[in-house]
Amino acid sequence: MSFEDYRGVWVFIEEKDGAIAPVSLELLGAGRQLADKRKTELAGVLIGENISALADRAFEYGADKVYVYDAPIYRFYRTETYMRAMLACVEKHKPEILLYGATSTGKDLASAVATDLPTGLTADTTQLDVEEDTGLLLASRPAFGGNIMATILCKKYRPQMATVRPKVMKALPRKVGASGVVVEECLPLREEDIRTKVLEIVRSTTRRIRIDEADVVVAGGKGLGSPAGFKIVEQLAEALGAAVGASRDVVEAGWIGHHHQVGQTGTTVTPKIYFAIGISGAIQHLVGMQNSGLIIAINKDPAAPIFQACHYGIVGDALTIVPMLTEAFKSALGRKEEADAGKV
Amino acid sequence: MLHIVACIKQVPDTKIIKMNPKTNTMDRSSAPAILNPYDAHAVEEAVRLRNRYGGVVSVLTMGPPPAVKAIRKCIEIGADEGYMITDRAFAGADTLATSYALTKALEKIAQTRPIDLIICGKMTIDGDTGQVGPGIARRLDMPPLTSVNKVVEIDEEMKCAIVHRKLEDGYEVVRSELPCLLSVEKEINEVPYSSLPNMLRAARYQPHIWAVADLSDIDKTQLGLKGSPTIVSSVWAPPKPQGGKILEGAPAEQVSQLLDILMSRQELFAAAAGGGAS
Repeated sequence: MSFEDYRGVWVFIEEKDGAIAPVSLELLGAGRQLADKRKTELAGVLIGENISALADRAFEYGADKVYVYDAPIYRFYRTETYMRAMLACVEKHKPEILLYGATSTGKDLASAVATDLPTGLTADTTQLDVEEDTGLLLASRPAFGGNIMATILCKKYRPQMATVRPKVMKALPRKVGASGVVVEECLPLREEDIRTKVLEIVRSTTRRIRIDEADVVVAGGKGLGSPAGFKIVEQLAEALGAAVGASRDVVEAGWIGHHHQVGQTGTTVTPKIYFAIGISGAIQHLVGMQNSGLIIAINKDPAAPIFQACHYGIVGDALTIVPMLTEAFKSALGRKEEADAGKV
Repeated sequence: MLHIVACIKQVPDTKIIKMNPKTNTMDRSSAPAILNPYDAHAVEEAVRLRNRYGGVVSVLTMGPPPAVKAIRKCIEIGADEGYMITDRAFAGADTLATSYALTKALEKIAQTRPIDLIICGKMTIDGDTGQVGPGIARRLDMPPLTSVNKVVEIDEEMKCAIVHRKLEDGYEVVRSELPCLLSVEKEINEVPYSSLPNMLRAARYQPHIWAVADLSDIDKTQLGLKGSPTIVSSVWAPPKPQGGKILEGAPAEQVSQLLDILMSRQELFAAAAGGGAS
């Protein structure tokens, strides 16, 4: 393997509801920095059905080039088909670095591609850097439940691959009208050779606000004492129009479902406001929310680590304070609406 | 008759682990070794499928000799057979080298009893990657199905499985040919308390234990640290946050201060206000 042949930084571009997934835009932002440092190009790999139009959007967010695999066989994500496309693209165009969002699709694809190439793959990266002269990728991630950070290298293989946590990197501001090179690629895949079929997609109908997309997250922990105590978190969230988050303890105790879990083994969130209520702030929780805009902690224990990680803290009984806050907020909001109505 | 193999790992309980702040290494004595929590769900699902369709559940692990305990835990859950590969040559393996070693063991298991289905937990709580399952599937040329939160059915005659894969906003129904590999979410099942007969069997159970020399067609350069493309170059303690402003006073005063902070950003609550008005 001659490393000289491997050039360029690539991002696997994930499609979601007809647009580029936010994590892929973030990765284009992070990838741009790496590519500039290496004085090389940033390319996206776009796989799907009727997705060619998304290439323009990738250019607006920093890509120089986009490789496109657009065919009906890619309509749904399947490891078998997407992996073949990515492997073919890597073997043909040889990137030095290849990044994927640490989403279920990105992780699935990256794991399969890494095994077949083979090459090293670092999971759930939260910091990326590259050595300017050698091109060595410094991929750092929390390890052992977030107790330490570790920098992982892949010295002997190319491309160097990593999955990157959503909501950690920053997308570049959109440059409307920016353009780049589209490279259309095609593989002779036949549906009858593919061993997996997607029979149906069932979208959840509940209008629950997703914690990784919400502007405001109200999260509760074991300090609330019981599932009944946890209700005050849900009530505050409802009053604020916020999503409900939870610590791992609470999820493991079955008070609320796993998709509410914030932290290392749950979801990483970066809302504009994050409430940590009755959450002590174990490090594996902190890594999942510490980049939030404003962190408000309410906890009985003044020594709880969460008070080190918050912007504002209240030492006190959440069961008393939170219902008071919910009511105070509701009436403040009511007063504002009346005032607004008065203006009209 | 299905042969289902669950791949499992013994891990330190990272929830209560303590770190040595000087060296940034784990204080292993601070964390008991447990069966990786996600793997318990993998074994439980294998047991449920065996109970439904008939067959045999085997579990496989790679680890140091004390990892026998994790296998016994799986026997308690209801597994029939346990296999362990243990050898210094496996030490220091990253996910690529781990999937290689496990694949070699699976090939040996399959020689005596062909494998229809492999089930892995979503990830381990110490490695936190979720990469080993798909890696095994690729090496054995089986379709990998990740994020599985329900097995709808196994059709032995048609040699296929129908499962639900969890999506961010719902799920998809996928049919795959057998054999295939599933990595399963925690929510796929609840692991009940073990039955007394299983506990008694587990206490005395001795798994099949293999070293590198017991496996065939092994390329030793693909094992352990040597066979791992990724290396940890440095570890450091995450930056300590600085600490926030504590709102003092009686609860009513604290709430009032907090309300002022919230109302200074009331544009964030447009959804709540809109919801109230309509």
